[in-house]
Amino acid sequence: MTDLLTLLFVFAASFVVGYFLISRVPPLLHTPLMSMTNAISAVTILGAVLIFSVELGFYQKLLGMTAVIMATFNVVGGFVITDRMLRLFKKKTPLP
Amino acid sequence: MNTWPSLLIDLLIICLFLGGISLFYRPKQARTGNLMAACAILAAFVAVLLRNPFEDPALIVIAVVLGGGTGWLVARAVNMIQIPAMVAFQHGAGGIAAFLISFVELVRASSIPTSVVGEVSGFLGLILGAATFSGSMVASGKLANLLNQKPVTLKGHSLWLLAIALAVVLVAVITGLSGDPAYPLVVLIGLSMVLGVVFSIRIGGADMPILISFLNATAGLAAAFCGIIIQNRLLVACGATVAASGSILTHVMCRAINRGLTKVFVGIQQQESKEPKHLFFEAPASEGAESEPVVGGSPTEDGFGRALGAARDAGRVIVIPGYGMALAQAQFKVVELAQALERMGKEVRFAIHPVAGRMPGHMNVLLAEADVDYEKLVEMDDINPEFKEVDLALVVGACDVVNPAAIDSEGTPLSGMPVLMAHEAKTVVVCNLDEKPGYSGVENPLYRMDKTICLFGDARETVSRLLEAL
Repeated sequence: MTDLLTLLFVFAASFVVGYFLISRVPPLLHTPLMSMTNAISAVTILGAVLIFSVELGFYQKLLGMTAVIMATFNVVGGFVITDRMLRLFKKKTPLP
Repeated sequence: MNTWPSLLIDLLIICLFLGGISLFYRPKQARTGNLMAACAILAAFVAVLLRNPFEDPALIVIAVVLGGGTGWLVARAVNMIQIPAMVAFQHGAGGIAAFLISFVELVRASSIPTSVVGEVSGFLGLILGAATFSGSMVASGKLANLLNQKPVTLKGHSLWLLAIALAVVLVAVITGLSGDPAYPLVVLIGLSMVLGVVFSIRIGGADMPILISFLNATAGLAAAFCGIIIQNRLLVACGATVAASGSILTHVMCRAINRGLTKVFVGIQQQESKEPKHLFFEAPASEGAESEPVVGGSPTEDGFGRALGAARDAGRVIVIPGYGMALAQAQFKVVELAQALERMGKEVRFAIHPVAGRMPGHMNVLLAEADVDYEKLVEMDDINPEFKEVDLALVVGACDVVNPAAIDSEGTPLSGMPVLMAHEAKTVVVCNLDEKPGYSGVENPLYRMDKTICLFGDARETVSRLLEAL
């Protein structure tokens, strides 16, 4: 039960801290921000590999693998595309 | 798992990714921030691999290589216009992972005693994950133009939605009480997916930024609930942060479009039939002349010459891009035009409305891709006071966001929505496809003002011609 309380506390604290941090991000960067938080939400990859920490039946293995594939797709794709976008934001040298 | 070292590692990881987010205040540092967040996830992944014994490590490696490889390839291949569709698709991928994990854990939990809260979280993770998945697929299809972009409204749509939601709750309760949950859970997943589809098909067009932000929040929540059932702090912390981010973006988008969340999702605005009631803005032209729309006509030579003259004479120019510019693939030409004007010694900036584009901040990315200095991309609130001193406002593919009816009329879907004050500039040149109203369906009185020069037709052609003539 104490574990559960800790988790609820972690949830509330992260929500509040996240809220304050993110509300200061300028609209200029909202698209990369969403793309990055989208990649972060793929931490479900931890849960997906944890499925494999006990012995599994065939279907569970299949489901677990699908979950891992989807989560890695999300995490890698998300960070790579965010990086590509952020590279576009640059300051130009003044025109001649 | 609850030893002090592991708690410390988790805390460090959380700090790393919060630090990454806090670097998103400035474009220059944001890349480092993104890298930090990626490292945080990588560290968390490695920590989990080291802490737990695994059956079938080979399967995990195969899955990681497959998923990571495809993710990398797809992320390299998409262009900036496709970003919203890609992000929506990834929300969906996160949703799949969340509901599959919840499913496996719930089936497993049925044989061992689990706390009620844990089980309820599992159900929430499953329902939210499945609904996020199907809703995101619809959103992604719409954004990628594979599905009709227009909102689809079923007969008694809200009632259907309510009925399905109730069915989901009912099945969830029955499943929770039954001994063998595997099959009822499959039904529950199916129902939740139907819920997601019915929910998102009704939203379309300019409301897409809200839908995509909302799905961002639900994907985060699903991850957090998943974290509660598997008792993993990192999942809970990251999920909650993402949920916060999605909520903020949803709120920002709703405010920018001046509608409450429920209004967007219930879709009231479609049945609008009330005539706009102008308070102090007089439409100058007579009624008869107005009712003949010039659809897709090429710009008249007279208008073109006047626009050219206005561009030559102007000292300060503000370009107002809308999603129409992206649709016409005109952003590169527009930027060339802006650079040509700058070489002529004029000051050129871009005014960015929060909902320009198909996801929050999308227009900034499109223009950054077309090589615009980000310091020239100015937010609405900062640039609005300056329109009075501007000689030329160049509107490219934008309608609702420059519609003065939002300020001075009552009872329209636009009323009260913050808009860019293009009508305060000395001259306005509009390069839109036609003079049809934008997504809101409200006529734009800006087109009928004396100082406005309308160049209807394909924006890319119009802008190219302007560029050559300069």
